[in-house]
Amino acid sequence: MFKLISQRLALGFLTLFAASVLIFTGTEVLPGDLASAILQNNATPENLAALRDQLGLDRPAVVRYVEWLDHTAHGDLGKSLANEWDVAEEVAPRLKNTLFLASYAAVIAVPLAVFLGIMAAIRQGTLFDRFINGFTLLTISVPEYFLAYLLVKYLAVHHFWFPSLANVTDDTPFISRLYLLFLPMLTLLLVTLAHMMRMTRASVLAIMSNPYIEMAYLKGLPKWKIVVHHALPNALAPIISVIVLNLAYLIVGVVVVETVFVYPGLGQLLVDSVSKHDVPVVQACGLIFASTFILLNLTADVLGILSNPRLRMPR
Amino acid sequence: MEEYNKLKHMFDQGVLSRRQFMSGVAAIGAGVAMGSTSFSLPAFAADAPKKGGTLKLGLGGGSTTDSMDPRSWTDSVGLLMGFGVYNQLVENGPNNEPIPELAESWEAQPGAAKWTFRLRKGVQFSNGKEFDADDAVYSLNLHRGETKSGVAGPFKAVTDVKKVDKYTIEISLESGDADLPSMLTDYHVMMVPNGHTDWKNPIGTGAFTVDGVAPGVGGTFTRAKNYWKPNAGYLDRVEITVINDRTARMNALLSGQVNAINRADPKAIAKLKADKFDVVQSPGGYHPVISMMVDAKPFDNNDFRLAIKYAMDREQMLKSLFQGFGSVGNDHPIPRGDANFNTDLPQRKMDLDKAMFHLKKSGVTSKVTMQASEAAGAESLNMAQSLQQTAGKAGIKIDIKKEPADAFWSNVWLKGAFVTSYWGGRPTATAMLSVAYKAGAPWNETHWNNATFDKLLSDAKSELDPAKRKTYLWECQRMLSEEGGALVPAFQDYLSASTDKVGGITVHKGFDMDNGRVMEKAFIKG
Repeated sequence: MFKLISQRLALGFLTLFAASVLIFTGTEVLPGDLASAILQNNATPENLAALRDQLGLDRPAVVRYVEWLDHTAHGDLGKSLANEWDVAEEVAPRLKNTLFLASYAAVIAVPLAVFLGIMAAIRQGTLFDRFINGFTLLTISVPEYFLAYLLVKYLAVHHFWFPSLANVTDDTPFISRLYLLFLPMLTLLLVTLAHMMRMTRASVLAIMSNPYIEMAYLKGLPKWKIVVHHALPNALAPIISVIVLNLAYLIVGVVVVETVFVYPGLGQLLVDSVSKHDVPVVQACGLIFASTFILLNLTADVLGILSNPRLRMPR
Repeated sequence: MEEYNKLKHMFDQGVLSRRQFMSGVAAIGAGVAMGSTSFSLPAFAADAPKKGGTLKLGLGGGSTTDSMDPRSWTDSVGLLMGFGVYNQLVENGPNNEPIPELAESWEAQPGAAKWTFRLRKGVQFSNGKEFDADDAVYSLNLHRGETKSGVAGPFKAVTDVKKVDKYTIEISLESGDADLPSMLTDYHVMMVPNGHTDWKNPIGTGAFTVDGVAPGVGGTFTRAKNYWKPNAGYLDRVEITVINDRTARMNALLSGQVNAINRADPKAIAKLKADKFDVVQSPGGYHPVISMMVDAKPFDNNDFRLAIKYAMDREQMLKSLFQGFGSVGNDHPIPRGDANFNTDLPQRKMDLDKAMFHLKKSGVTSKVTMQASEAAGAESLNMAQSLQQTAGKAGIKIDIKKEPADAFWSNVWLKGAFVTSYWGGRPTATAMLSVAYKAGAPWNETHWNNATFDKLLSDAKSELDPAKRKTYLWECQRMLSEEGGALVPAFQDYLSASTDKVGGITVHKGFDMDNGRVMEKAFIKG
């Protein structure tokens, strides 16, 4: 068991390393160069030369990559090329914000999705089931910025119930944060609910057709007990995978929601930095996202194994 | 109940004053049915500026790479924050005229190549140090020599900056330029303490000090004690939120989360006015341009260039691309509001017959490819397509190649022969012509190289007699319009919007939001 986890962890590190190479070379092969991307319309040959010198862009890529890897391993993520701030200083508060929003949405979305999925499975075929299916399909089909704007229009502009900007700062108190972030959280909730709910439902229903479930019916157990005690534990593996996928999305894929609500998260930083070719920041964000995915996948794998007694006992 | 909630919300957000709130509530109590926006309130005589209040600005044009280093600014948020914290030697007045700020007065020796600036005494930085010539020399030198400052180009003409005594400096130029004071109004040229390099903790002489700035997110500012300038610096606090998305910016204003925004959506202006928001339309010099390199085939043939110029439907572009908020362009970069605008030059209109005539005369039959990109402005691609259509009717075949935004400025601009681009305005005609049309200028996108033009331009720069300057500059504009390589369909006005409780945002011929000085000029009414 322990061997399994450490094996997976080692593989994870290897994947992270490969990801870092990809991230680094990715920004190298982008067209245009860093100096002119930073200066844009204000670039003169003197400006450009001065900036290129300062950034050390004349050294070969391999040298720069190794240097970067070495520094990162020691916790020094370098300085942002565009505004000279410490990358770690820039990224840390935004990472916190992203994680906060992701947790806020996840804490509500995951239990809700699983609960609704189970309910829908229990009441398969009824109006409740059909309605839930239809509604979640609708929310997942609508692009999230459109959904966000709809929510803003009705709940913030028309009715003033919630703010249209989630402009959180470092010292915003916890309760205010929950209030300011309500609309972004709602958007993310609606977007991720469908996937998790439907997978739960499908997974549970698939189990329900098994003979031992029929046996449980014949024994006289109530339906809800059958679903929760006997079907659900066996259906967990695919459900966990989907939940993890959505959790990863909540951390990595919310740049659109961040833009609409002007929320200072990691997505917006990444987009800005990519278009300015601010390589240290892009690499730092890329590494964070890669580690997030890898870690979450690892967790999913382990949980999946734990939930299946046959896999828990090594042969 | 809905009306009451709305009133309360508006009061909470600072949109209504207490008096307005109470009279609104009284009106509800009296059973007067109120429309969502139609208050008839007693007219307060309180439109004179008064101290106090918090201005919440929602601004487009910010990015996570912003900083408080004046050399780094390329867009609105950076420079606007700068104008709240720093001062300049010379301020750009509402009609693009130079006004003394930290420089009390200046004069030029005949020939306009040596200038003396006398500095204002008794002005303090936020750390208590007095502003003097050492600070001025250091601040100006930030843009000279090996620098990545955005104003390095024009500053190459400066050969020396010298301290004469504690309150006087002398600037020497390589050739006469009567517009040196205006050059110092460039938004990069801010006065900072001598030797200061810690841009995370900016120190300036301006109306506000920084509480906290998060690049790309926003900043909060508090009024400095004893701001030296009379009639400026009224607000207690300014909170800036960077909102680059236009719809989000509008929503923030409509929902009361901010009380003023820049770059309002032209399509929403009518609704804003109906909802009793104030809209300020500023005729700056911002213009999109399609540049043709005059030394590349087939654009080296002036008849071909004229054919395209006549095939462009400027009125339609102004109406459909800019919703009419602007003025029609005449293929040169000087806006209508400039003191030296050539009013004699006939406004070119779309004329397909003339276009076909010039096309035939040029003998050009090949297809040309225009490189367009969103990086050159939100309306760039639509502008390109409009030209393609109307030119097609005259027999000019144009292909459009859409270029990705992130490599546009380094790979396409200044390299392609037929490219979309844009210019923000400059305070003086000579500045605008020098930066883009002088032979050898780094940003001369049309490769315009005309000795007569260059002589006229340098004569205009060193000429101190305004009437003579006018004739030179008028001729420059005529030459560009009739022979140059730039297609300028229109000038676009800046549009800012605010709740009617915000005062002090006025029309300015420079950039939007009072040329960036909204922080020190605005006040809260009532």
